[in-house]
Amino acid sequence: MNSYSTFGTALHRLAILCYVLFALFPLFWLLKVSVTPNDLLYSEGVRMWPSRMSFEHFRFVLAHSAFPVFFRNSMIVAGATAVIVTLLASLSGYALSRFTFRGKYWLVALMLLTQMFPLVMLVAPIFKMLSPLGLTNSLTGLVVVYTAFNIPFATFLMQSFFDGIPRELEEAAKIDGATRFMAFRQIVLPLTLPGIAATLGFVFTAAWSELLFALMLISGNSAATFPVGLLTFVSKFSVDFGQMMAAGVLALVPACLFFLFIQRYLVQGLTAGAVKG
Amino acid sequence: MASIDIRNVRKNFGVVSVLHGVDLSIENGEFVVLVGPSGCGKSTLLRMIAGLEEVTEGEIRIDGMRVNERAPKDRDIAMVFQSYALYPHMNVAENMSYGLRIRKAAREKITAAVSNAARKLELQPLLARRPKALSGGQRQRVAMGRAIVRQPKAFLFDEPLSNLDARLREQMRAEIKKLHRDLGATSIYVTHDQIEAMTLADRIVAMHEGVVQQVGSPLELYDRPANLFVAGFIGSPAMNFLSARYEVGAGTAGARLPDGTLIGLSSGYQLEEGAAVTLGIRPEHVEMSPASESRLRATVDLIEPTGFGIILHLGLHGLPFNVFTLDRAALTAGPTVTVAFPPQHLHLFDETGMRAFETSPQKGKG
Repeated sequence: MNSYSTFGTALHRLAILCYVLFALFPLFWLLKVSVTPNDLLYSEGVRMWPSRMSFEHFRFVLAHSAFPVFFRNSMIVAGATAVIVTLLASLSGYALSRFTFRGKYWLVALMLLTQMFPLVMLVAPIFKMLSPLGLTNSLTGLVVVYTAFNIPFATFLMQSFFDGIPRELEEAAKIDGATRFMAFRQIVLPLTLPGIAATLGFVFTAAWSELLFALMLISGNSAATFPVGLLTFVSKFSVDFGQMMAAGVLALVPACLFFLFIQRYLVQGLTAGAVKG
Repeated sequence: MASIDIRNVRKNFGVVSVLHGVDLSIENGEFVVLVGPSGCGKSTLLRMIAGLEEVTEGEIRIDGMRVNERAPKDRDIAMVFQSYALYPHMNVAENMSYGLRIRKAAREKITAAVSNAARKLELQPLLARRPKALSGGQRQRVAMGRAIVRQPKAFLFDEPLSNLDARLREQMRAEIKKLHRDLGATSIYVTHDQIEAMTLADRIVAMHEGVVQQVGSPLELYDRPANLFVAGFIGSPAMNFLSARYEVGAGTAGARLPDGTLIGLSSGYQLEEGAAVTLGIRPEHVEMSPASESRLRATVDLIEPTGFGIILHLGLHGLPFNVFTLDRAALTAGPTVTVAFPPQHLHLFDETGMRAFETSPQKGKG
């Protein structure tokens, strides 16, 4: 290796390092504030790590706040949304990838259209629609709304994964004696696991961190999800940063676990999808 | 094993018509090769037999039963794809046994069938491997193994050797032929490679633009091509064509080239005097002799030694013309050579490109 390429590699690594630091710094700050005792929060100035660590915020959040309820609600909403969306998007993505049918073009155009304007515009009509159905202030209502919003993108994502699987595999299965659905379940679906993982992860994160609709459709703590819950740490006269950050750190845990679990498929999945374009 | 009947089969994709009425009867145990350039409809026809494409019009019968509306799984056929189409998430044994497992065959039967096929194809050491850990030739063998374990009524091959390198292709070609000899199964084989067609087929079906051009044994197509397309497609290097006019002299027939040279024909043809014809001669049938009476002089453009023989690229009246010879003296030929056309090797095609019929010797003039 000559000196130029060594230098180039070093520069490359440095650039990546800078980016990673930049991206991770807010998370680090979250962690730092969450373990800083209240009395040191404003008295120590800007420090990278407090002189004394404490887990009092975590204890408080878990024992004395409504956080466990928010956490449970978020798990239910994000989990259900992810599963439902992935299931439906697999079927619709497969249909878009494999079948030609009347109105396909318009269907795709319509789905694209739903992605083109800011969701804020839809808050009022959606509230109007859900209210008489008794779906405001309910987790089911949130799942319905999130599912509807995530399906178009998830469908396109799944479609690109199905496009990447050669038709001949299904044809071979059909000739081997499988019905179309058997070929889908036994041949295509196992090969789309990376795509399913990527879709699950994408939808789960989107639903987990959604604030706008959760805020508008939910009132009171019993059905609040975690992003709405975080706002309860903001009171009229103060913001309880320590507890808020502790709650934030705890909220990261399931997302991290989830991604750790699907990571093996995800890396494969994202690259496969990328190559396919 | 089964016979396959194809009756007036048409296929349209939207407004585009790709098969214009194909009729073909395939005997039980026969090896039929569909050959033609890409886009001629041969693969579409095969896929229609497999049930992967719908039949727009006409009828396909397997063993006398109409199968137009039957799903592929109910036709009891096996297919080998160009891309092999092995299931990537299954190992070799699972790939081969998938068809039997799906039909809920007994475990002992599956094991026996797989090991039997594996032995035949020398795949035993690879049974536990995934397809990605196999070479191209091995994948091809697995694809064939998957087809034979089920003992289907017929085998369909869709350009199965196109993705292999030349040497391996030759080897697999021989294996397919041996396999057919051992199993005696009805086989339909699609290829654009005329060597594969010639070497494998009991009968060749030459197709062009959705129409069957000629059906016959390999040598029939080689020796008596029905039209210009078949004449030009079968044989490598390809047949030479010259435009001429048909002439009948005193008891002898000939073809007059535009430069006035008269080429003698072996018999009369059922053609009008002065009719425009195309004269065809295979490169290996052209004679190079300085004492030739035809006195056709050609310029030497290029000499290609193939090791086995020599291909001379000539210019005859400014048109490209190929000669194949085993005589190594041709390596030093040039700058011009004299060529002659033995009458018994000449093919004559009429204005529409169809083979002209010889008049029977008793009749004399045509």
